[in-house]
Amino acid sequence: MSNWLEENDLFIDPQRCIGCRACEAACAECGTHRGVPMIHLEPLNRPDSVKTAPTLCMHCDDPACAAVCPADAIKRTDDGVVQSSMKPRCIGCSNCQIACPFGVPKVYRARAQMNKCDMCYDRTSINLKPMCATVCPSEAIFFGPKSVIESQRKNKANNQFIFGKQKITTKVHIMMDASDEPVELDIMDFISTTIEDSQPWVV
Amino acid sequence: MAKLPIDEEKIIEQFGPHLKHEPPGGWDQSIGEPDQRVKTHCCFCGQQCGIILKVKNNSVVGFDPWEEFPFNKGKLCPKGVKRYMQGSHPDRLMYPLENRMGHGYERVSWDAAYSRVVSEIQRIQNKYGKDSFAMLSGVSLSNEKSYLVGKFARVALQTANLDYNGRLCMVSAGAGNKKAFGIDRAANSWADLLETDLILCAGTNVSECAPITTDYIWKARDTRGAKLIVVDPRITPIARTADLILPVRPGTDSHLFNTILNLVIQAGDIDQQFIDQYSTGFEDVKTTVAKYTVEECERITGVPQKSIRTAAEWWGKAKRSFLLHARGIEHHTKGVDNVLSCINLVLATGRIGKVGCGYATITGQGNGQGGREHGHKCDQLPGNRDITNPEHRRYIAKVWGIEEKEMPGKGLSAQEIVNAIHEGKIKGLLSICFNPAVSLPDTKVTREALEKLEFYANIDFFMSETARYADIILPGSLHEEDEGTSTSAEGRVIKIQKAVNPPGEAKVDWDILLEIARRLGKGKYFDHFKTSEDIFNELRVASKGGTADYYGITYERIEQEMGVFWPCPEIGHPGTPRLFEGGKFYHPDGKAHFNAVEFRPSADEINAEYPIYLTTGRVIFHYLSGTQTRRIGFLSDQCPDPYVEMHPQLAQKYEISDGDWVTITSRRDSIDLKAKVVKTIRPDTIFVPYHWAGKQSINRLTQRALDPVSKIPEFKMSAVRIQKVERSATL
Repeated sequence: MSNWLEENDLFIDPQRCIGCRACEAACAECGTHRGVPMIHLEPLNRPDSVKTAPTLCMHCDDPACAAVCPADAIKRTDDGVVQSSMKPRCIGCSNCQIACPFGVPKVYRARAQMNKCDMCYDRTSINLKPMCATVCPSEAIFFGPKSVIESQRKNKANNQFIFGKQKITTKVHIMMDASDEPVELDIMDFISTTIEDSQPWVV
Repeated sequence: MAKLPIDEEKIIEQFGPHLKHEPPGGWDQSIGEPDQRVKTHCCFCGQQCGIILKVKNNSVVGFDPWEEFPFNKGKLCPKGVKRYMQGSHPDRLMYPLENRMGHGYERVSWDAAYSRVVSEIQRIQNKYGKDSFAMLSGVSLSNEKSYLVGKFARVALQTANLDYNGRLCMVSAGAGNKKAFGIDRAANSWADLLETDLILCAGTNVSECAPITTDYIWKARDTRGAKLIVVDPRITPIARTADLILPVRPGTDSHLFNTILNLVIQAGDIDQQFIDQYSTGFEDVKTTVAKYTVEECERITGVPQKSIRTAAEWWGKAKRSFLLHARGIEHHTKGVDNVLSCINLVLATGRIGKVGCGYATITGQGNGQGGREHGHKCDQLPGNRDITNPEHRRYIAKVWGIEEKEMPGKGLSAQEIVNAIHEGKIKGLLSICFNPAVSLPDTKVTREALEKLEFYANIDFFMSETARYADIILPGSLHEEDEGTSTSAEGRVIKIQKAVNPPGEAKVDWDILLEIARRLGKGKYFDHFKTSEDIFNELRVASKGGTADYYGITYERIEQEMGVFWPCPEIGHPGTPRLFEGGKFYHPDGKAHFNAVEFRPSADEINAEYPIYLTTGRVIFHYLSGTQTRRIGFLSDQCPDPYVEMHPQLAQKYEISDGDWVTITSRRDSIDLKAKVVKTIRPDTIFVPYHWAGKQSINRLTQRALDPVSKIPEFKMSAVRIQKVERSATL
């Protein structure tokens, strides 16, 4: 095997997300968690915007979920992937669910086991891209070398996150533009009249 | 007789739509290694993405991305991912059915079904004349089937009245393209989007209706710094990040484009050399648009003057540009005019037929492109020939082995056929792949029309809302149950592979048509078709010399080259990804034609009684009338019901809160829907998606007014009023 997972990282570019849920649909097809997606897409605030964003495991260098697991059921591979819990060990205690700063792990009660994104280890271990990054129509989810995405996009890849005093470094990057302030879009900003003084036009 | 035999609730109980959430065998069972991995295409939009279907025991059990296919490189939207769920569906029609009034639909033999269909065709045509029996077709069909339907209707049924559901989709663009360029195809492959500097999207919700195109646009923006202008009454997902948003009032597009062109001309940003050398009619357009002032444009379109000026400046100064449009500007009684006003902008700046310089309509239906080229349009013969042109008629008559005088003339368009049924002029109907009970405007009239038919036969794979009215239902084939070709929005002819056999007694569609033709005594014109490839090879000859020339394209080449762009007039011709290189257009004079258009109002009038603009469209999770996607669990779960989008200002005026039930009333009918209060739509406009049937169908409110040239209905602008309902009738 080459160093596929060491050469490539996963990138989320929220500005490109179109909210189509192809990532969820395709993730749910996986042979190891059939019918249940391990990636989640949410509208951020539909009344104000069509903005949406996918959430998947960020694959921390020093994962909190593994650190708090009393059964030592969560392992990080040498190539940087934080695995789902190991079925024989997982006791379904939800510590990981509480500890994760990104809110990713979920204990599935029916199986009494925590399952989460393992970056499609079945695919990435044989040099295929994760399923979400393969199907994403807008490349809002991208898998490849950091040098490639940074040369192809105007925004920058960030994989360091501050939670209180803790700085977390992750294998998954978020594409960001530091100079951008968050903006709210209201169609009224692009229209010159209000409803009260708007008249039907006459030819 | 064509009436519902039993209550619709009972029909739905038996034939659906039911939701299928799990693949064959369920999620818990491992599928193991598939028997076959078939490289084919998605059926759910004009982009025709490559996809691998996993097949086990004659069932499609899953999908894999096909990363080598050049258009989408493995990318898929959720419809593509879940398309395989339509196979092995509990609602799948597997046996011929006969409508027994009061009892429902009874299984009959193929022989009995064929006998009834043929005897009714003969009875009706003997009594009322050949044209009293009509045929309606659809462009989810392959090129082979589209071609065959054209030949079948003209040679076997001998009726002029054949039309198709592309009449609700691409015809305004097609008519505009033929007027301007002499050919009806996207001017460029999408590769030119990657090389452009300015993209203008007019009335195209790219992210939801052509999702893969989003990535092409982003690549141009990220790698070349291309700017994006979006013209739309809503902030769609593609508009959310656009550099310039022009939120037009529905129905005012051509005013906007005429005004922009006027500003471009005033700024001296036209390409006079291109105009002089390669086009005709510019002076006429220049005189026409000179009247269109920015002030008036703002008043009519509702777009601020500053934004109009910015758009004109960007369009005028761009070195390369690509204009994309879709149904948003085309679904109007002036759909063709809107298209022409866009094309005038492109031609005036000479940015076409060159690297990174392009223009295209984004074809919406699966085979919307190929299906509109080879002859199931009422006015058309294969190769995009004209059925009223004597030379064209003679050529096709020769290919078909009939006398030219035997070939029917131009027939009625889809809506006109339904109108003629309603008026009692057409008495019999055969339809395939078309669900007018959901997709045509003014649903009440469509349903009344169906009930007036003396006989109706329907070929389909699911019991669509229209099929429920049929006297005989013939189970045809799904996309993955037959091989053939289709042509993508780019003009790329691609190969659809057969993954599985039709289940039960269902047959491939062309088999059904061939047998009806034989029983009508016309077998000798059809008996040489033993395979889809036989039909394709006749299509190649029939298209030869037409503008949509496929002669040089073979199954072998398509597979080897992963698609061939038509025109491809000779064996060995490389195909034509980019049209109009070197300023060569397809009119007899070799030039592009400017066409001056004057803005005119929509058919429905906004007034105090109906003060709000209603526009309709798609959501990403559904396809057309929903016959397929309303049966796929994942897709339906994301968007189970229609709703009405409105701006908080409008909602406040009518004291409506998010989630309230609202009655919307047009001059035709009314509907109750839940409000979605969002800041992403103009405050004078409401939006409702159109994929649902019956009480949930927004087409109950839309109107049958047609574009005089393309005959497309005005889906995108209806005048309505709204009222909050305290306690709504349940849907």
